[in-house]
Amino acid sequence: MLPTPSTSHICFDRVYEPAEDSFLILDTLSSPSESSFLRSRFNEPSSTPPLVLEVGVGSGVVLAFAAANASAIFGRNDLLTLGTDINSFACQAASQTISTALKDQGRQGSMYLDIVNGDLASSIRPHSVDILIFNPPYVPAELPDFSRHDLFNALPEGQKTTSFDQDSYLLELSYAGGVDGMIVTDRMLDQIPQTLDLERGVAYVLLCAQNKPEEVKRRIRDWGTGWRAETVGSSGKQAGWEKLQIVRIWKTTL
Amino acid sequence: MKLLTLNFLTCAIKSCKSTPASFPLHPRDAELEIVEADLNILFLKNILPRLMWDELRVIGSELGLPELPSTPPTREDLVEPSTTAIAAPTSDGTRDAGEEEEEEIPTQTAKDLHRVLLETCIKEGKLVCGNCGHEYKVLEGVANFLLPGHLV
Ligand SMILES: C[S@@+](CC[C@H](N)C(=O)[O-])C[C@H]1O[C@@H](n2cnc3c(N)ncnc32)[C@H](O)[C@@H]1O
Ligand SMILES: [Zn+2]
Repeated sequence: MLPTPSTSHICFDRVYEPAEDSFLILDTLSSPSESSFLRSRFNEPSSTPPLVLEVGVGSGVVLAFAAANASAIFGRNDLLTLGTDINSFACQAASQTISTALKDQGRQGSMYLDIVNGDLASSIRPHSVDILIFNPPYVPAELPDFSRHDLFNALPEGQKTTSFDQDSYLLELSYAGGVDGMIVTDRMLDQIPQTLDLERGVAYVLLCAQNKPEEVKRRIRDWGTGWRAETVGSSGKQAGWEKLQIVRIWKTTL
Repeated sequence: MKLLTLNFLTCAIKSCKSTPASFPLHPRDAELEIVEADLNILFLKNILPRLMWDELRVIGSELGLPELPSTPPTREDLVEPSTTAIAAPTSDGTRDAGEEEEEEIPTQTAKDLHRVLLETCIKEGKLVCGNCGHEYKVLEGVANFLLPGHLV
């Protein structure tokens, strides 16, 4: 078992606390089948360092895990890690989680770039991402009122701490996914073809049962020739249904 | 925020992305800080083909950094000639930079490149799109790419 990064410095009143979904991503990435897929895709000695982008880093536990265990998962330790989150408090928290995890790991760890405060992958140069990871706000629940985002995304003027309303808003951002829990995920899926590297890009997206995962996978396969979507990790079987699953999205050239 | 990160960022406005002028973003009123990081020679050698060198030179000169050479260094430029190691695969077949690093001594060129890409950070300031002129703020090292219309 690879070590889980420490997040003990974070106040989880306004940043998503690592939970079953987060751990399912860690387990999936480090599973023998997935790490052998990743190694065969990225371990080519003459290839350039892959860029790992995590969208919605939250505490940073997932990106820190991928960064710190790069050699074990990807078969190389020269990869680059970059993250985004809509919540500026999560950006600060995740940055610290990753720096700490990399310090603990020494030379087995990768190169850490930064976390940017942004919407999904909208600020990322097209086709530059080799491995994209997204644990979205996937719960079918009303989306928060984004008109308050600027106000709530920073400490209130002259204050040292956030307000209760602010914390509730920031936590809503981490789980509320609107109709079918798919509003944010659908926007991410739309960006994936432009974001991924044309040859070796691959994305991992978490879905829950209410997201209608079979339908989602079918839609991805309809993007065009070569697009593949397969479930590569799951947890919490309930009456034959997987509660959570990780879908791998990639393109084959055949 | 590290200068290497700018190699992977662009204006967040959709219609800008397809125009060459939206990359790179131009730092303005930037307060820089040096944050020391370990030098990984294998990484530096491998990243060369991914660097948008001309754009990096533009950013460097806009920040008032010492001028970067007009062409990117080669892999050979980064390692002292006498120390080049034969990359030996480890027992589990993975490549481990750790073993190479002990043998390979980085040149001044490698150290300079490392300093520019990974140790020179924008602490406060703005990043400006060359196409639409939009200014993205950098606060405490975190760039803010959120646009008002984004979330709806
Ligand atoms: C379910 S949490 C996952 C956090 C972390 N990756 C983990 O696995 O523990 C979802 C994260 O996505 C972020 N998020 C929500 N909408 C976003 C958007 N449009 N762009 C970027 N991040 C977003 C939230 O702030 C939250 O940190
Ligand atoms: Zn622009």
